[in-house]
Amino acid sequence: MTDDAHPPKLAVHELGVVARRGAEEGQRIVDAVSFFVIQGGVFTVVGPSGSGKSTLLRAVVRLIEPDAGRVLLDGRDVTALPVAELRRRVGLVFQRPAMFEGTVADNVLYGPRLRRECPERDGPEARDLAVPLLERVGLPADFAGKPADELSGGEAQRVALARALANRPEVLLLDEPTSSLDPTASRRIEELLAALAESTDLTFVFVTHDLHQARRIGDHGLLLVEGRVVEQGRLPGMLDDPAHDLTRLFATGRLSGRTGESLRDERPAAGAGPDDTGTLP
Amino acid sequence: MSGDQFTYVDVAAALVLVALALVLSWRQRLDLERDLLVASVRAFVQLTAIGFVIALILDADRGLWVLLMLAAMLTFAAFTAARNVRVVPGALWLMVVALGLASATTLGVMVVLGIIPTGARYVIPVGGMIIGNTMNVASVTALRIVQDAGAQRGRIEAALALGAEPRAAAHGIIRRAVRLAMVPVIDSTKTMGIVFLPGAMTGMILAGAPPLEAVRLQVVVMFMLIAATGLAATTVTWLMPSRLFTPHQQLRRFDT
Ligand SMILES: Nc1ncnc2c1ncn2[C@@H]1O[C@H](COP(=O)(O)OP(=O)(O)OP(=O)(O)O)[C@@H](O)[C@H]1O
Ligand SMILES: [Mg+2]
Repeated sequence: MTDDAHPPKLAVHELGVVARRGAEEGQRIVDAVSFFVIQGGVFTVVGPSGSGKSTLLRAVVRLIEPDAGRVLLDGRDVTALPVAELRRRVGLVFQRPAMFEGTVADNVLYGPRLRRECPERDGPEARDLAVPLLERVGLPADFAGKPADELSGGEAQRVALARALANRPEVLLLDEPTSSLDPTASRRIEELLAALAESTDLTFVFVTHDLHQARRIGDHGLLLVEGRVVEQGRLPGMLDDPAHDLTRLFATGRLSGRTGESLRDERPAAGAGPDDTGTLP
Repeated sequence: MSGDQFTYVDVAAALVLVALALVLSWRQRLDLERDLLVASVRAFVQLTAIGFVIALILDADRGLWVLLMLAAMLTFAAFTAARNVRVVPGALWLMVVALGLASATTLGVMVVLGIIPTGARYVIPVGGMIIGNTMNVASVTALRIVQDAGAQRGRIEAALALGAEPRAAAHGIIRRAVRLAMVPVIDSTKTMGIVFLPGAMTGMILAGAPPLEAVRLQVVVMFMLIAATGLAATTVTWLMPSRLFTPHQQLRRFDT
């Protein structure tokens, strides 16, 4: 599946980001992180608050320039792609997505309009393009005309998802897409993602701070603590039989975001094999 | 005022008005007394000095001197405008280009079309007016873009993440900045003659010129300023994106 002839859809190799400012200045907020996802697969990144999950996703699409490592899309280094093309092909839904001015439809159609695949002005033709995308994320058709700045956090989250889908990406990076939703809505997003994963060959990287949610969504994942991979592999295994104390602590809710300097010297736990752990061979 | 001439005695008499402002500031605890005094003294000293310089240049009426004088005004204006946005890399050059291009084009067109004669008596005051106004508009445009780039970071990055090129991602804030900076120019053009009588016209009437001639000059000045400020603001918006974003299309952080 991941030999040279069939490279993984997305591979992240020893990625590192050094903080340029703030209290962390000079420290690695993402440190030698490696994983890969096959086409149509779902990979989950789990970690406590402040562990570097968002930074990792931003570095993958070069919203932050990585200080070390490589990102490969279909086996090709993404630095060889025009940045805008990389970001069209690898979508990122932010943790707290900002809505553009205008209606929900204007937001959803932002990407198609950039590429002139859709009329500039809001109207019946534009609505016809926006409504199916809204329905895919579980929003009713009459949302299309709503001013985007009146949405609740959860609604904005879904509009952001529809906005990303409108770009027809090959990979979708989702940064805690359910963190501002109630349990029911959160389950519905999970089901929606499962349906998307089932019905398309879209590849997902799903970030969450909830190990149980990670397990419901994907079968491979990694645990990130203070920018480092503590453990990675098959998710049921990581939960039921953690190879690392930190995983156990995190799974039982006893690991807080910043655990102090002691962690910085711990090495990531060795996984079974490349196919199981998602580490590049 | 004695006869048709303003004397230094008249200037001293006008100080009564500054004194009034000082008293008001002191009574209301606005804490502006010092600034008001310094500003008044500076205005007097600077204008007197420039008056002597202009008198010299007008007497000589040599092209090179005129150009040097304009260059000096432009440099000072560019420094002043750049100081507002010094967090932006290369701000001084950006302002030199924006103000220089806008002023040279506008002044050039005026001279070539014969709207104003080439003499120092015309080129220097008109040039000064153009440079001063482009400085204000370019400053406000650039400052607003930088502030909005920080405040609207989420939106800009969302646009970048959807594959927008920097210029497209910053389109909204750029548009708003230009509109905001042009508001005073457009408003004063619209209300001209109704709300206030503008400087050039007032000056000419005070100097004894026929009012209709003063009006014609003022209309020319307004058209000229619209062109010059529009050009300056546009140049700023051309040059800003490459400074707001890195070559890899990442939005820079500005600590303002
Ligand atoms: N631009 C930046 N410069 C300096 N430090 C940063 C920057 N962005 C994030 N950080 C720091 O890097 C660390 C990781 O931040 P990040 O947002 O990636 O965490 P996270 O895992 O997404 O957390 P959460 O679950 O709360 O969203 C934090 O300590 C944060 O303060
Ligand atoms: Mg985060």
